Amino acid sequence: MIKVRGVFKEVKMDLIKDISESLEIGDAERVTELTKQALGTGVPAAAVLNQGLILGMNRIGKKFKDHEIFLPDVLLAAKAMYAGMDLIKPLLIKENIPTLGKVVIGSIQGDLHDIGKNLVAIMLKGVGFEIIDLGNDVAPEKFVAAAQKENAQVIGMSALLTTTMPGMKKVVDLLKEKGLAGRVKVIVGGAPVTDEYRQEIGADAYGYDAANAVDKVKQLVGA
Amino acid sequence: MSGLPGILERLREGKVFVADGAMGTMLIDRGLKSGQCPESFNLTNPDAVAEVSRLYIGAGAEIIQTNTFGASPIKLALYDLQDKTEEINRKAVAIAKEASRSHAYIAASCGPSGRLLKPYGDLDPEDLVKSCERQIRALADAAADAICVETMSDINEAVIWVKAAKKVATNIPVFVTMTFDPTPRGFFTMMGVDIKKTVTELTNAGCDVLGSNCGNGSDQMVDIAAMFKELTDKPLLIRPNAGMPILENGRTVYLETPEYMADNCRELARIGVAVIGGCCGTTPAHIRAIARKIH
Repeated sequence: MIKVRGVFKEVKMDLIKDISESLEIGDAERVTELTKQALGTGVPAAAVLNQGLILGMNRIGKKFKDHEIFLPDVLLAAKAMYAGMDLIKPLLIKENIPTLGKVVIGSIQGDLHDIGKNLVAIMLKGVGFEIIDLGNDVAPEKFVAAAQKENAQVIGMSALLTTTMPGMKKVVDLLKEKGLAGRVKVIVGGAPVTDEYRQEIGADAYGYDAANAVDKVKQLVGA
Repeated sequence: MSGLPGILERLREGKVFVADGAMGTMLIDRGLKSGQCPESFNLTNPDAVAEVSRLYIGAGAEIIQTNTFGASPIKLALYDLQDKTEEINRKAVAIAKEASRSHAYIAASCGPSGRLLKPYGDLDPEDLVKSCERQIRALADAAADAICVETMSDINEAVIWVKAAKKVATNIPVFVTMTFDPTPRGFFTMMGVDIKKTVTELTNAGCDVLGSNCGNGSDQMVDIAAMFKELTDKPLLIRPNAGMPILENGRTVYLETPEYMADNCRELARIGVAVIGGCCGTTPAHIRAIARKIH
């Protein structure tokens, strides 16, 4: 009996491994198919998520950080991850599995660049955060209001233009004004942003690239 | 046209051109506000745009770029200005010509759509083709001397631009420059395109002049140019930044001095780069120093 169970477990582990590997090569169709199969044979949604999708996405993040792969591979893997997430999400809600935390994210007012911001959003989702994406050209007040409404732990802001960077300081100042500083942590990033600038405006963290931003957000929420 | 002999003929004769430097920062100094469409300045403040071009020509630029980097209908739509695509692009060429008075060639700047093509993003290639063709048609109607596609990171988008230019502006040469990041594994664009792939794909598409702009200071551009030169006999175009940006007291600063950059640009000319200009952080002072060192 024990032996049979062992074999059964191995089959399931192979399935989960297959999910993470299919995600890594960006095969959304196969991820969908395998996720259905895993859930159908009684693998817990949390196991598919953590050992399948998130593990795969973490590996993608690492390879991206090491310049082994580039943006297109990350985007395709993210699509595959979304495909699996669509199937798992209703079950996670039913099983009441908590996420790592809520992050409000956006490009600062006046800035219409969003590739970097989108990448960070995708990768944060990939490791298990809940993302409220406010898009481009987001006013400081809107960041703070969304964080309050959603009870988010982190605000992530991106700027590609030096002219829009002062908006980041406004968000930090607004949080202080409303007594939310410390409760809502702020991470900043984008090509012209530096750690010196983060210190200057009093933000909590600076992500020098997407993978680093994910590490920093994890640290901010103690995950 | 600018009334000058064809730019490609001059390049074939071995002429080395000095091009202009940054446009955006010069316009900010002349009142462009955060959140304002830089290309709308062609209609609302043409004198400021013309002044920038005149400053660069005065500094020794023999090729000047139009203020049309973001004047594709896809980009203009972000400001709800897509209906003014023709007006903005034609006016930009007219401003440059007026400033040039036949002393400089007019290279019509075309920047990336800012969107990702399918399957990576949601942009349909057909929509990109239409957007590129519409902008190029307007630039060609106003008789620009070259179509200058720049700051590309996706080779598929770059190829679409070249093909669009070859289709709607058959007698105007196409220049394409890609933006590379230095990585421990070599130079790659954000989308993972290396120099070899750039040369192969752009050559196959019929690009006339190719190279790199932005993303690197002049030191690294010398390495990039040398790699291009090993792979192609096409004329090369290189526009370095004045170093990489750093922030000082809330202001972006580029640390390469005109002299420092000019020394590297002389090296670019020695390697065989045909068109040398500047990107982010460069000023008329940089272009003046470069022109002195090269000519």
